Amino acid sequence: MSYVASSRPFVVRIIFIATAILILLRLFYIQVIEDKYKLLANDIAIYRKIVFPPRGVIYDRKGHVMLYNQLVYDLVVTPNDIKKEFDTTTFCNALRISKDQFCTILKKIRIKNGPMRQGIFFEQLTPAQTARYQENMYQFNGFELVERSIRTYPDSVGGALLGYIGEVSPAMLKKDRYSSYHQGDYLGMTGLEQFYEEELRGQRGVYFIERDKFNRPTGPYKNGELDTPAVGGKSLQLYLDAALQKYGEQLMANKLGSVVAIDPSTGGILAMISSPTYDPNLLRGSNRARNFAKLQSDATLPMFNRAIKATYNPGSTMKPLTALVALDMGVVTPSFGYPCSGGYYACGRKIGCTHEGAGHAANLRLALANSCNAYFCHLYRLSVDARKWGDVKVGLHKWYEYMSSFGLGHATGIDIPYEGSGTLFDTKDYNDMYNGSWNSCTNVFLGMGQGEVALTPLQLANAMCIVANHGFYYTPHFVKAIGNIQRVDKLKPYLEKHQVTHISDSTFSTVVYGMMDVVDKGTGMIARIPGLEICAKTGTVENKAVVNGVAMKMKNHSMFVAFAPRVNPKIAIAVIVENSGFGATWAGPIASLMIEQYLKDTIASNRKGIEANMFNAKLISSYTYLIDSARRKKDRAIWDKKQALKNGLLKERSTFKTLLETSKKTGLH
Amino acid sequence: MQNTNNSLFQRIDTKLLFVYLLLVLIGMSAVFSVEYRTTDVSIFLMKKSHMKQAIWLGVSLFVGMLILFTESKFFASFAYLGYALGLTLLVLTIFIGKDVKGSHSWLEIGSFAFQPGEVCKIFTALALAKFLSSPETNFNTWKYRMIGIGLALFPAILIILQKETGLALVYFSFFLVMYREGLPISILAIGLSLIVLTITTLLLSSLAMFIVLTLLAALVAYLSWRDIKRNVTARGLLIGIWAVCILFSQFIVPITFKKVLQGYQIDRIYSMLGQEVPDKYRKDTEDGHSSKKGNASDYNVTQSKIAIGSGGFWGKGFLNGTQTKNDFVPEQHTDFIFCAIGEQFGFVGSLGLIGLYIYLMLRIIVIGERQRSAFSRIYAYGVAAILFFHFAINISMTIGLAPVIGITLPFLSYGGSSLLSFSVLIFILLRLDADRQVLIR
Repeated sequence: MSYVASSRPFVVRIIFIATAILILLRLFYIQVIEDKYKLLANDIAIYRKIVFPPRGVIYDRKGHVMLYNQLVYDLVVTPNDIKKEFDTTTFCNALRISKDQFCTILKKIRIKNGPMRQGIFFEQLTPAQTARYQENMYQFNGFELVERSIRTYPDSVGGALLGYIGEVSPAMLKKDRYSSYHQGDYLGMTGLEQFYEEELRGQRGVYFIERDKFNRPTGPYKNGELDTPAVGGKSLQLYLDAALQKYGEQLMANKLGSVVAIDPSTGGILAMISSPTYDPNLLRGSNRARNFAKLQSDATLPMFNRAIKATYNPGSTMKPLTALVALDMGVVTPSFGYPCSGGYYACGRKIGCTHEGAGHAANLRLALANSCNAYFCHLYRLSVDARKWGDVKVGLHKWYEYMSSFGLGHATGIDIPYEGSGTLFDTKDYNDMYNGSWNSCTNVFLGMGQGEVALTPLQLANAMCIVANHGFYYTPHFVKAIGNIQRVDKLKPYLEKHQVTHISDSTFSTVVYGMMDVVDKGTGMIARIPGLEICAKTGTVENKAVVNGVAMKMKNHSMFVAFAPRVNPKIAIAVIVENSGFGATWAGPIASLMIEQYLKDTIASNRKGIEANMFNAKLISSYTYLIDSARRKKDRAIWDKKQALKNGLLKERSTFKTLLETSKKTGLH
Repeated sequence: MQNTNNSLFQRIDTKLLFVYLLLVLIGMSAVFSVEYRTTDVSIFLMKKSHMKQAIWLGVSLFVGMLILFTESKFFASFAYLGYALGLTLLVLTIFIGKDVKGSHSWLEIGSFAFQPGEVCKIFTALALAKFLSSPETNFNTWKYRMIGIGLALFPAILIILQKETGLALVYFSFFLVMYREGLPISILAIGLSLIVLTITTLLLSSLAMFIVLTLLAALVAYLSWRDIKRNVTARGLLIGIWAVCILFSQFIVPITFKKVLQGYQIDRIYSMLGQEVPDKYRKDTEDGHSSKKGNASDYNVTQSKIAIGSGGFWGKGFLNGTQTKNDFVPEQHTDFIFCAIGEQFGFVGSLGLIGLYIYLMLRIIVIGERQRSAFSRIYAYGVAAILFFHFAINISMTIGLAPVIGITLPFLSYGGSSLLSFSVLIFILLRLDADRQVLIR
């Protein structure tokens, strides 16, 4: 066997070494070159546990909690962990669900997550369900109660301003702004929840936890050196008076419109009601989607924040501003009078005035108190046609600048999103509209707040602040302090005093006294509160709505603006009740009750009758359900029609017309 | 010729002993690291595998001492008897063996369980050494070659009957020994060809296989047309080989897969080939579910590759292996212990360990070649071959180079019979080597 002796041991060694080299090459590839396995290892073995911080709480001006987090339990299940001996009957009894429901839900989870992964079986158990479940919990293998916190509104008020939170959508996640969010995160979708999202959300905690093949945690990864603890969201302290807000919502119940009350000395919003409102508790937790759809489809638009988005001609509530501009331009003096005999005829057509008696516009105070249309149309014309401007186009621009400085025609910058800007036409806009040929008669209505001027209730209230403050304002805002600190960057814009015009103090005084007379002996006497100097202005605003493609004149909007007391004003308020009639009939009493509630904390017994009237009045016109007004979106109109068809209300377009006519005849507005 | 000048302990190959002890200690640390939890109060917990392994090491060293004090001639004279004993145990196991994870290869004596298939490697190595070294054996003749092959593979057949195919395959490593002793290379070549043929059969459809083989035969015929035309033997050989190949691929392989192999074995073979098990080879497992894609061995290999791959170049550090520590890799303290090394010590650690094994095996070859007696030399080659097979297949299966056939990594894997039998293999070699100048028959 000598012939093999030399070469074969060598071959055996070669085989050993070659195999080892092959193995090493493979090892080098998977350990050094290929990254996949490292990533996979982290993915499998290290679990990133996200700890959600409690979201910030919101307090009103008195420290009353308006919005806090409530702990609820979700029931989660890992389908495969359910044992054969699982007692379905007991389980279903505890939750009060049927066996069919049980099977359906379980099947869904199985399909969605697969049998090995946890899925939510039941969201937000009621306390009773939780209790019954916990009694027999030990029997229910595979199920687990998971704690979760949901936003809760103890007073059920202020939905429009507080806003709601919702799950971040895939579309949002694609944007840079939301880069710090992950799928499944909740964030503020509107209102204060959105505007103060960064402050409220706090900082998420991330814990890296090692886990084994059964996903059981085995301990912190690298002894927790990479972990970051969760930091709770900051609380917000509002200027809002929760009691006043609630009172306002009650007063505005069954009416369309809004109330905005501002503390003129700070710009802090005391109450903001958009009616009809909704219970913000509807938009939390498991029923959110269903309730959201319901609210979205409501023809009275409860989700539409009228207080900052709806715009109205200010009507007579504009007159104090018209007076201020005319006085400051020097075109009239406070003693200027106009011989109104029930109308303004200077522009070749009659502009009606509700007063005919001689001397009701004998001076500015009287004209304001009596809300003489002729007087203010004249004042407007005097202002824009003043000799010193040379041309109405220059004059109107000056007038525009004044009005703009009062906060008209642009968003105020309030600290909730989606604010409307209103409408205010400049010379250029009129030139475009009338091809350059127009004069002060063309838009003479501006003097009495009609025509191409439209304000949001917030702008109206803010204008009142300017009058009340004799020429300055703070940007209206809700938040007084973030986490008890007032001087934070986010709130800086709201601490800045805006001196809007150089109108003299005496000029303001003239107008303020005129507004006081409105309540003392003028159109707004209903708002009088003994012992309080209230300055106000009524407004009865003509308006049109597009019904079935035709612009139709609707019942007047009732408007009222006021501030009180005259000296050191504490509250400025604007009230609008849509399509309800005279300013003094609805908006006036509501404004006055709000002022009384806020300043006196109680309603005098002799005014309880008015209060009850306001509480009980149902002023939503049946038109509301049929109008496709401009502010309503196209899809909403389509939905309404579908809904109407479904309800047998609307069979075809012709029936719609008949219906409209019948409703007119029967006196429904 | 007995070397009486030096005492027994001075004649022992210390390098081999040292590498052996080093590997055993590495193994214990690896087993320890896999089961270690930060919550452990002590490292001396008797219920933990590494402590059990320590006891087994104690037993192994004790047995090793006994071996060293045994007369070296005993092993040669005992060889056939031991072989017979081993076969008896294997046959016994078929009938009274204990079922562990689908195999039937464990014998239980009281609370003590061991795999006769593991122990029988020693007896087979000794018996083969005895047979090949005996003066009557003429390994140049086919008769003795066949006896040698039969001697090596007979235990394998008994082990296959115990459904422990992996262990049975180890016995094929003795071909390496027989190769060293003069088995023609053609036998190994035929074996390799059959493996290649099997794999291609599994990858291609039977019709494609038929066409490929026929075309190949035609190509060979065309290239060597002159020989084929003139030489009847050549013609017959070509046709014969073609016919055998067709027979093998069309009938033997399908029948083996359908009738002989277990479902999980088929799964593993296909999993290594990166293929799904075709419907015709699907088998119903005991609980009535048919085997399917994404099977257990696939999971094992994936997890094991993740563990090793995540170790990177330098590794995660001792006791920092997230994958091994958290039980992602099944069987990780036994068959997949290499994951613990790969994850915690990275490529550098793996290189070191593989280096140690290669050093060990080459050292054994060196020892074998310096023996005066053929018995000792052949035995040494047997030890090297067994170690090589275990080492190569075990590590290859953890990194996806070989099918998962469930054999241990020598000295490292947790398990009493494995550690003890490898220790006995080494100590017998140490004992024989101590008497390398003595002629042992």
